[in-house]
Amino acid sequence: MIATGSFRPWAGALALAFLAALAGGALLSLASEALRGGVDGFAAFDSYLWRVARFTLLQALLSMLLAVAFAIPLARALHEHPAFPGRALILRLFALPLALPALVAVLGITSIYGRNGLLAFAFSSLGLDTPPNIYGLPGILLAHVFFNLPLATRLVLASLDSIPPDYWKLSAQLGMGGWARFRLIEWPVIRRNLSGIAGLIFMLCITSFTIVLTLGGGPRATTLEVAIYQSLHFDFDIARAVSLTLLQLGLTIAVLLLLGLTGKPAEEGFSLQTATRRFEQPSRAAQCANTAIILLGLLFVGLPMGGTVVAGLGADLARLLSEATVWRAIATSIVLGAAAALLSLAISLSLVMAREYQQSRRRTVAPRLFERSLDLGASLIMVVPPIVIGAGWFILSRHALDPFSLAPVMVIGVNAAMAVPFAFRILRPAWDTAASRHNRLCLQLGITGWDRLRLIDWPALRLPIGVAFAFAMALSLGDLGTIALFGSDSIQTLPFLLLQRMGSYRTQDAAGLALILGALCLLLMVAADRGAASLARQDNARDG
Amino acid sequence: MVEQTEKTTTGGAAIRLDAVRFDYGDMAMRFDLAIEASSIAAIIGPSGAGKSTVLNLIAGFETPLSGRVLIGGADVTHAEPSRRPVSMVFQDNNLFAHLDVAANVGLGRRPGLRLDAADRQAVHDAIAKVGLAGKEPRKPAALSGGERQRVAIARALVRNRPVLLLDEAFASLGPALRHEMLDLVGQLQKDTGMTIVMVTHHPDDALRIPSTLFFLENGHVAASGPAGELLAAKGPSLLRKYLGSQELSL
Repeated sequence: MIATGSFRPWAGALALAFLAALAGGALLSLASEALRGGVDGFAAFDSYLWRVARFTLLQALLSMLLAVAFAIPLARALHEHPAFPGRALILRLFALPLALPALVAVLGITSIYGRNGLLAFAFSSLGLDTPPNIYGLPGILLAHVFFNLPLATRLVLASLDSIPPDYWKLSAQLGMGGWARFRLIEWPVIRRNLSGIAGLIFMLCITSFTIVLTLGGGPRATTLEVAIYQSLHFDFDIARAVSLTLLQLGLTIAVLLLLGLTGKPAEEGFSLQTATRRFEQPSRAAQCANTAIILLGLLFVGLPMGGTVVAGLGADLARLLSEATVWRAIATSIVLGAAAALLSLAISLSLVMAREYQQSRRRTVAPRLFERSLDLGASLIMVVPPIVIGAGWFILSRHALDPFSLAPVMVIGVNAAMAVPFAFRILRPAWDTAASRHNRLCLQLGITGWDRLRLIDWPALRLPIGVAFAFAMALSLGDLGTIALFGSDSIQTLPFLLLQRMGSYRTQDAAGLALILGALCLLLMVAADRGAASLARQDNARDG
Repeated sequence: MVEQTEKTTTGGAAIRLDAVRFDYGDMAMRFDLAIEASSIAAIIGPSGAGKSTVLNLIAGFETPLSGRVLIGGADVTHAEPSRRPVSMVFQDNNLFAHLDVAANVGLGRRPGLRLDAADRQAVHDAIAKVGLAGKEPRKPAALSGGERQRVAIARALVRNRPVLLLDEAFASLGPALRHEMLDLVGQLQKDTGMTIVMVTHHPDDALRIPSTLFFLENGHVAASGPAGELLAAKGPSLLRKYLGSQELSL
């Protein structure tokens, strides 16, 4: 094809260079530190290191098993009752944890299961012993299941929705019972996607930082990410941080290799959920069981969210909103979040454009290295976790300047990279479809450059760009990992301020801040959800 | 871009593919063909024979490995698609879904859509000429399949290029509608004198409007000549074999 608009590969190369520099700088810093004898840490903290690594794996494994084990019956129940009252609303609710800041969720969970939570209150008013303390493994698992059960449910539901409708007619006609249906129709499809779903959740739990930091409750229940943070932030023990970071990196890569990079499920976070029509008449017992399962799932996910709101409203919001610190934190969060989202969009769009350009040029030939690196670049942050990048730059920069002065740059850079996989997946289908429809026509009519952007590409991409921006910003607003490393009194985001108030046991303030942060993210998510819905409608209606 | 003359009768341009080589996947293609100015050429052949490739080579969506593409005597082998004296109508996706009929046609006049009064008049006339007067403000989604192709043809009219390529442009229409569109194309050809090259898998299309037939097989022209002769019962055996598998409904 004739090379008009050939700035696209350059934009892609630039985006790739940025990502490579971000991750590469961190890795280089770690490597040089290790060569300088930094790995002494391996010898000195041998048993400590392995205990932390073992706990990291254990909690991720348990979280994954619990989430998936509950998700399968829940998704089945939801699928079997397409007309369940409030079903669409439940699925909407299940999409929220995807962008709910972990800190907000942690406060929600303690408001239900904590020492002064709803559960303890219910127990004591019934005259029972108070339930055991959740700090440690139980709290971590609760929070991880809270986050990942909805995700897993949506993913399993999506695979159930991919079953051809004729199968359900057939199973109704043959009079299959619940077990036969599960064994013969549902399980084969679920099993095909299960390794991908389980792998995704395992990865998310291995790299989970905020939850373990706040609910771990001590050295017994520490993961690698939290240990890295503690060794840099409190002990300033570079040697130990380096060995921990290298271990985390090795672990992540090993798990990814094990999963096979291809086995990941399509991110279903934004697909418009439709209800498949079912034809069989479930028995009364099955109906009761399904209703119970759905209600239980709803309570488990809904209660902590409700708890956040109730606890937040109980805080002295008027006083909080009169504090200059709070307003500064809100402003900082919004500015950094918007900048990170913009950068993330620029990177993702460049990768998407360059990818499609390369693909349309080669047609049937196998993809070349550049095109494959563009794909890899989009999921780089899965391989090199944010905390590794943060730690690497923190260690590198301390030779030249005060690492804490890097806070804005690092937060924007790392948060942007974090949102790239999501933004990439939102933008790519829209761009590719638009390109396949318009490329030849634009070439033929000589519509290029600014004219093409203004008349053709922007109208087609406006909505997906908006959705990606809202989602990326929500993700960035709620992130604690990077700001926890680089934050200081001079630069505080909302999650950072929240963590400080929690640390000084100003629980009421923390609850109020969590409500503000949660509401901000919710607003963005609702906007994204609205956009995604009309995007899907547009897609169905469009036929040029 | 090159300024076009204002009148709608530019006449046609002759097309020549001179020893053009092109590889599609692992199929090596070689085309030698000449289409007279202001004639209608119909390209038929089994799927995968290279029918659409010929059009893509003429339109500039593909570049030959070697050989030359000549339109109106000028060598356009390496010219950009928008610089060639060619308009093309595809099977679908001819229109931008978010733009109305008038804008879709207007793009053929000014790719930046900054239209002056004369442009708007030309757009209006072309839309009337293809029988869509009054449907200017409609979006493609509110048009039937046949109407969408009429819009694409109206755009080809305002572009006013001497060659019109139809890449199975009417394949998704029913038989009656297809014949109607062919008659429209035939009429426009008479009015403007454009050279028309159409790819079709309905051999009877070639008989509906008087045309020269090119029969393609395995990436080369296996037979060519007046459609009436080639498609007759005593035409080449090669063609009879291909037609044997087709319903030749006249």
